[in-house]
Amino acid sequence: MNVHRPHPAPGRPLAAAEGLVDVDIHPRPRSLSDYDPWLSAEMRHRLHTYGNRPRHGFVRGTPFFKAQPLASRRDAWPPGGGTPASDPDFVARQHLDFHGVDVGVLNPLQPSGQGDVNNAFSAAMAHAVNEWQLAHWVARDARLRASVVVPYEDPAASAVEIRKRAGDRRFCQVLLMSRTSHPLGNPKYWPIFEAACEAGLPIGIHAFGYSGWPMTNGGWPSFYIEEVSEHATSCQSLVNSLVIEGVFERFRGLRIVLIECGFAWLPSLAWRLDRHWPTLRDELPHIRRAPSEQIREHIWVSTQPIEEPPRPEQLLDTLEWIGWDKVLYASDYPHWDFDDPRHALPAFIPEARRAAIFGGNARALYGF
Amino acid sequence: MRHVVGPVEEIPPGGRKLVEAHGRRVVVFNLGGEFFALSDRCPHQGGPLSQGPVMGLVESPCPGEYRYGRPGEILRCPWHAWEFDIRTGRSRFDPRRMKVRAFPACVEKGEALQAETFPVRVEQDYVVVEL
Repeated sequence: MNVHRPHPAPGRPLAAAEGLVDVDIHPRPRSLSDYDPWLSAEMRHRLHTYGNRPRHGFVRGTPFFKAQPLASRRDAWPPGGGTPASDPDFVARQHLDFHGVDVGVLNPLQPSGQGDVNNAFSAAMAHAVNEWQLAHWVARDARLRASVVVPYEDPAASAVEIRKRAGDRRFCQVLLMSRTSHPLGNPKYWPIFEAACEAGLPIGIHAFGYSGWPMTNGGWPSFYIEEVSEHATSCQSLVNSLVIEGVFERFRGLRIVLIECGFAWLPSLAWRLDRHWPTLRDELPHIRRAPSEQIREHIWVSTQPIEEPPRPEQLLDTLEWIGWDKVLYASDYPHWDFDDPRHALPAFIPEARRAAIFGGNARALYGF
Repeated sequence: MRHVVGPVEEIPPGGRKLVEAHGRRVVVFNLGGEFFALSDRCPHQGGPLSQGPVMGLVESPCPGEYRYGRPGEILRCPWHAWEFDIRTGRSRFDPRRMKVRAFPACVEKGEALQAETFPVRVEQDYVVVEL
């Protein structure tokens, strides 16, 4: 993707002069049987008899009703039947063609088997979901790229899945969920980071996932709004853990993309860590670079949801701190909190910065 | 500018109709025999309001006390679930500053509409919006 000419797409923002890359599209299967061709007879039996079993009590669904059915735009249900973003032709028509998306990153969420209580099942599902992304999506639309779905609670099996996909340009990143059963920097997960670095793939960490722990450190909240705003706190624990355990010192080439996690909390976490680190560093001889330096070098963020403070300079300051080259446009299609690219970035962000966020940054990161 | 939406029977109570006229997309609702017209474009990101579900209004004077009323009179955007009062176009969360454009709608007798380009029958009642 080297040459850009203006698209005739009616929904493409004018500022997307360096291409329009959407780093957060959520494909769904029409039914669980879509995965059958890539599952063994035993795993097919497990899937259809027992289903996915996340590490929380709400086995048949999510703990909260997510604003709209299947958390999706109500106009995203394909006219030909099926669930939102299960029909590649309709995804192309409603989103990729209409908004003039040049490259779209697929992030399959549940039912994908990630974080399942049965590690072997989780690994089998990850393999099947990855094959399904290639056959059902990437092969049918050259604009789409797959994510390597991994059974992240079984890091050894995850590393096997990542190495299997290494060098295949149809995959652009490894996909994890933000809520894991241990803080993500725990050495338990290091085989995932090692394999991703070896494959030259960034790691996209998408908000949500069900770890078995309540989603706030005070227990289970009462309302969905508490869950969607809780990502700011659980992602702070995640970043804290990656920095302090020394993940970025050990894996110097590691690139982390925080997807749908918000980002205004990131500078304040870094300031707090930078304040504590000089006095507590005796316990952390493995940390050589200031936490803020690690965060700014290794972490990218996506725009949906973007913080919307009433005073523009507050958002500009935040983005300046994170790094204008570290911010990526995301639509979250087909979900209810989808961001239309024409409205996602406020006009007070300088045009060249918006161009980078819409396309240039993602192209540099993923090599599109 | 006046636009004839159609015979009243076309939009039964609780029903709606999307019309395109004079360069605007407008959705017309029937609330128990009264007609209201709103722009089809959500003021937030432009979601198609005509595809949104309607609901009632849960109000709460304080935590723990709730009342449900006005069933069918609150429209929810199909994208980000912003809510609007069909009678006024005003949003639930910031009625003063955030609203969807509302247009006057009424019922008129066919005989009063003879001069319109829309073919009408004298004995029929029609829904009319002012755009």
